[in-house]
Amino acid sequence: MTDIFDIIVVGAGPAGSMAARFAAEQGVSVLMLEKDRDVGYPVRCGEAISKKGVEEFIPLDEKWISSKISKFSLNSPDGTEVVIEFNDSGFILERRIFDYELAKTAANAGALILTRAYVNGLLFDDNRVSGVKYEFRGEQKEARAKIVIGADGVESRIGRWAGIETFTDFRDMECCVQVTASNIKIDPGTLYFYFGKNVAPGGYFWVFPKAGCSANIGLGISGYEGKKKSALSYLNDFMEKNYPEVPVLTSIAGGVPSIPTLKKISAPGILLAGDAGRQVNPLSGGGIASGMIGGSIAGRIAGESIKLNKPDHILTYDNEWYERIGKRHEIYNRLKNGVYNFDDERFNKIAKSFSNVSADKRSLGKLFAIALVNHPLLLIDIMKVFI
Amino acid sequence: MYRQAKTGKLLIEILPGKCDFCGCCVGVCPEDAIELKEAEISIIDSLCTNCSKCVWSCPIEVIKFNKEGVLA
Ligand SMILES: Cc1cc2nc3c(=O)[nH]c(=O)nc-3n(C[C@H](O)[C@H](O)[C@H](O)COP(=O)(O)OP(=O)(O)OC[C@H]3O[C@@H](n4cnc5c(N)ncnc54)[C@H](O)[C@@H]3O)c2cc1C
Ligand code: SF4
Ligand code: SF4
Repeated sequence: MTDIFDIIVVGAGPAGSMAARFAAEQGVSVLMLEKDRDVGYPVRCGEAISKKGVEEFIPLDEKWISSKISKFSLNSPDGTEVVIEFNDSGFILERRIFDYELAKTAANAGALILTRAYVNGLLFDDNRVSGVKYEFRGEQKEARAKIVIGADGVESRIGRWAGIETFTDFRDMECCVQVTASNIKIDPGTLYFYFGKNVAPGGYFWVFPKAGCSANIGLGISGYEGKKKSALSYLNDFMEKNYPEVPVLTSIAGGVPSIPTLKKISAPGILLAGDAGRQVNPLSGGGIASGMIGGSIAGRIAGESIKLNKPDHILTYDNEWYERIGKRHEIYNRLKNGVYNFDDERFNKIAKSFSNVSADKRSLGKLFAIALVNHPLLLIDIMKVFI
Repeated sequence: MYRQAKTGKLLIEILPGKCDFCGCCVGVCPEDAIELKEAEISIIDSLCTNCSKCVWSCPIEVIKFNKEGVLA
């Protein structure tokens, strides 16, 4: 294999695969390196995504759809449940298969993929990133490229090596644990959320239905809360109370950087996409769809830059991302700071007021409206969405 | 022999065999002092300042602050 490419992508998650595909579709040579043995495994994810979020990138396929979602159930600390139906449906994915299929679309576009290839350094030419160093089957290797795209997830180090500060303040890291358990009797079309200081302080608890009566059950808490009590302890408490002795199929830990996108996601010779660039929706913690969008923009711009022979063209990535999604994430982040600071009483009050709204008039918008009455400062932030 | 951190004795310990390799700690480390491979994790002594942010962020409590220091 030649060790010179136009573009090297580090990490084969949703962001990396879309970066590799959109770059390869420009007819340039692309290599994607993944440290793990299998693309798509282990799955560190609740696997929820909106229909719109997937459709932009891959035709719907039953083989990676575990369940179809049409309702939210929001549960306040005193047990008040608020159910919202939404028109645009969503899915719980089988990400193990989904990520694999995404990587295949990159391969079909012409990208080369190498697994068990751990990137441990960057190459530079005149302060410009010009390739990567990586370990493959116990051997230290190098591969050169005009552009490197770092899509190496929450644990990303690529950016730092290029002088972009990527670490996340521990208070903004949502520290997560999740089990996939079976024999869970819940509505197969509903996403369940639980709020409050006893279940998930500074975050939320989720139960997402999967095929065959199984479910992803997990939570994220701010690292600040983790200082006092770990995510694992909260999970154990919840399971003991609600699902004692259910069969657990997998359990995983994970981190979600719940902040707006980094101020800088490009530098000479390098772009960052997905969790690596902190492109997660900071309110919901969802990063599959936004990672694919970030990756696709990064890949396309990198490909264009090679074709036009204009190295500095990649610096337009920051702005394009900001206009498409980044701006919105800044607003979501302010909402997050409002919502996650609610005390239990406020959650209860909001849920109670919402129960008085007739079922056909319930919407997320209405819920926000009620939340606003309880916390008027949020109004200023929501107004900014429209100006 | 104790391991030496950037600021003196290394006081941060990853419990052997317990890590899930999730990367949460790597994401919060201000010093880029954690190396994470597919199923291998280690603290880079020369960079670690014992700030403990990784300890607080580990979702499954497998990084510990060890005031005695970590043996090499
Ligand atoms: C518990 C949990 C629940 C979540 N639930 C949801 C949800 O329901 N919906 C949603 O939309 N999002 C959810 N997320 C977030 C979502 O999982 C991520 O935002 C998404 O996976 C980001 O995609 P990515 O491609 O940026 O990174 P990843 O999917 O993390 O991929 C990064 C890849 O890079 C590889 N890599 C890292 N370092 C190197 C290296 N040095 N060399 C080579 N390869 C490397 C990794 O092995 C990995 O395969 C959740 C996250 C967690 C932790
Ligand atoms: S103690 Fe601080 S510097 Fe050391 S590894 Fe943990 S987070 Fe990094
Ligand atoms: S946060 Fe904990 S489980 Fe995750 S990689 Fe670090 S030490 Fe391992």
